[in-house]
Amino acid sequence: MIQRRDFDLALGELSTLLEEMGRRVERALVESVESLKTQDVARAKEIIEKDAELNQLENDIMDIGSKLILTQQPVAKDLRRILVAFRIASDLERMGDLSIDIAKVVVRLEGQPLIKELVDIPRMAEIVQKMIEDSIKAYEREDVDLAYKMAKEDDLVDQLYGQILRDLYQYIVENPHNASQVMLLNFVGRYIERIADHATNIGESVVYLVTNSRPDLNS
Amino acid sequence: MNNLFQDANRQQISGRRRNDLIWRILFLGATLFGIVALSALIITIVTDGIARLNPDLFTNYPSRRASASGMKSAIVGSLYMLCLMAPISFVLGVGAAIYLEEYAPKNRFTRLIQLNISTLAGVPSIVYGILGLAIFVRTFGLERSLLSGALTMTLLVLPIIIVASQEAIRAVPRARRDASFALGATKWQTVSRSVLPSAISAIMTGVILALSRAIGETAPLIIIGAATYVAFLPESLFDTFTVMPIQIYNWIARPQEAFQDLAASGIIVLMIMLVIMNVAAIMLRNKYQKNI
Amino acid sequence: MSTTTEAPQVKETTKTVDFKTIIDIKDMDLYYGTYHALKKVNLTIPEKAVTAFIGPSGCGKSTLLRTLNRMNDMIPNTRIEGLVDIAGTDIYSNEVDVETLRKKVGMVFQQANPFPKSIYDNVAYGPRLHGIKNKAQLDEIVEQSLKQAALWNEVKDFLKRSAFSLSGGQQQRLCIARALAVNPEILLMDEATSALDPISTLKIEELTQELKNKYTIVMVTHNMHQAARISDQTVFFLNGEVVEFDQTDKLFSNPSDKRTEDYITGRFG
Repeated sequence: MIQRRDFDLALGELSTLLEEMGRRVERALVESVESLKTQDVARAKEIIEKDAELNQLENDIMDIGSKLILTQQPVAKDLRRILVAFRIASDLERMGDLSIDIAKVVVRLEGQPLIKELVDIPRMAEIVQKMIEDSIKAYEREDVDLAYKMAKEDDLVDQLYGQILRDLYQYIVENPHNASQVMLLNFVGRYIERIADHATNIGESVVYLVTNSRPDLNS
Repeated sequence: MNNLFQDANRQQISGRRRNDLIWRILFLGATLFGIVALSALIITIVTDGIARLNPDLFTNYPSRRASASGMKSAIVGSLYMLCLMAPISFVLGVGAAIYLEEYAPKNRFTRLIQLNISTLAGVPSIVYGILGLAIFVRTFGLERSLLSGALTMTLLVLPIIIVASQEAIRAVPRARRDASFALGATKWQTVSRSVLPSAISAIMTGVILALSRAIGETAPLIIIGAATYVAFLPESLFDTFTVMPIQIYNWIARPQEAFQDLAASGIIVLMIMLVIMNVAAIMLRNKYQKNI
Repeated sequence: MSTTTEAPQVKETTKTVDFKTIIDIKDMDLYYGTYHALKKVNLTIPEKAVTAFIGPSGCGKSTLLRTLNRMNDMIPNTRIEGLVDIAGTDIYSNEVDVETLRKKVGMVFQQANPFPKSIYDNVAYGPRLHGIKNKAQLDEIVEQSLKQAALWNEVKDFLKRSAFSLSGGQQQRLCIARALAVNPEILLMDEATSALDPISTLKIEELTQELKNKYTIVMVTHNMHQAARISDQTVFFLNGEVVEFDQTDKLFSNPSDKRTEDYITGRFG
């Protein structure tokens, strides 16, 4: 039995790094929404600072992956594993950036009381957090069914975002002086919705990894 | 850096070196023995024979008087025999080698033939003389003719030529045959256009070396009754003849010292002829090696 | 990086190309004495395309290649059962004489094996075997063949020089030219680049891409990545069996047999 031990170890390392990125992104989303709810500027700033670490993880994945392509000439599923690692890493990196953007909103809102208690945005964030968790789980287990199931949640996220949009629109008609905060809250909703789209992309990557076909889970 | 070499056992090493030197001297001695003996031989012969190495040697027939003797009939006899023997043994020897290497099925019978040929190559030459006497001289009634001599000598060199040619043919890389077959060549096309052109230099080397052995042979020809005193040139295949080694043998057997010197000059001529043939063989071999 | 989410389109990774089949092997078994070297081989090879045989040493890929021009005939005690059909003719039937078959199915070997003759005579060897004597005609064939083998420009001024004066890569291209000179339909290449340096290998690989416009190429290679680079169809052999054959991009991205996947990803056991 010929084993490509070093190669398999390196592929394992790629997965580990991706899972680590996933966990960090998940936490960044949860914490940024939390800091928004509690208007905790110090916490938000902390989150923003951590972005560099996430970028470093993405770079590590790119380095390991390109070195493996160069030295191991992977084919078939081995090649897909590396290609998929690149794609997922870049999705996760974007998701991290979007979470940071939410934290930045918290900083911008420093000293302004919230127009109302946030309900829909935390709910949306909760669903998306689960999506991130599931997408990484689907990747770990190469579970196509879970990937599809996770992607379905995106519809709910879109609905919620529509709801938020309508509510904010109504509010701004009645309270035009608070327009800037309304706009920022709208952005937050949009950021979360985007994070969900990226999670869906991860699901697509999982399906590609396992089946070599490229479905569109966004539609 | 120093530590690396400090643990060497100086004494043991010098012992090994001395041993090395002793062997070297022994081997040099073995080589020198041959060279010295050969040089002594050549010097003796040349000092004895150089005086008689003049045109008369090549133009005069043997005579009772040493001063008038030459080896014209012997030289011409040797050359005639070479010219007869070369084509016959070449065609038969190379033909047999091609058959054995390229066509013959690899079975027990072929192996038996093979074994026989290898053995024949080592049979003493006098046995071929007896065989030639029985077959060519008596059975075929060719008498003591040039043809009998040439055929007998052909028998002598045939096994050598077959073995050498087989080796030459076998040395042609299989890939060269494959290349030819893969282009749609038949067996004979492959043998004639690919195998033989590759092997021919080595075959020729073998043939020339075998012939040069035959040129120096005396015993089989004496058995079949080549004359020792021939005062004319053979005019047909059925005439009596003599060859250089026999002429030399004849002179040496005489009591007069003048004939001894004459024999020495005869040996010089014979040796020059052999050297020429060997040089030709070496040149062919070099050409062959360049082609590989 | 753009912030919009791009939606990937659904796309088949393998493109289907319609090739005509030129070689059709059905239920073929080959025995060397009692050794069963090829087992129930079923395989079709497309015309004017490159087909690569891959697999571990001793898997039978070279053996199968050599059945296609009947070079195996020369090995004693070889027995073949089943059908090897080339362009509609069973090549093991009595109506096929092996010389004509080998003229139509040329072969290039692992080691470049030029004859110890001039470059010209090497290329002219084949046509002369088949009776072409006319000098002008031979000149034309030699030039065309050397051009097709991408060697003409390098040797046109020294056609009388010994083939051994060429470099290894040039010698191999000379062998290709020699094979092309008898105007074959199919060119078999038995690990033709395995003894060459990377640059010469690349040249020959490029050459195959040119040649497949006119000839069907079947190659055995130990270099899996070479098969992936230059072949249209790949056949995977294991222990005398054809495990899988498919379009190359399909076989290397998504093999259908686990054994193929194990082999190409280097986890062969």
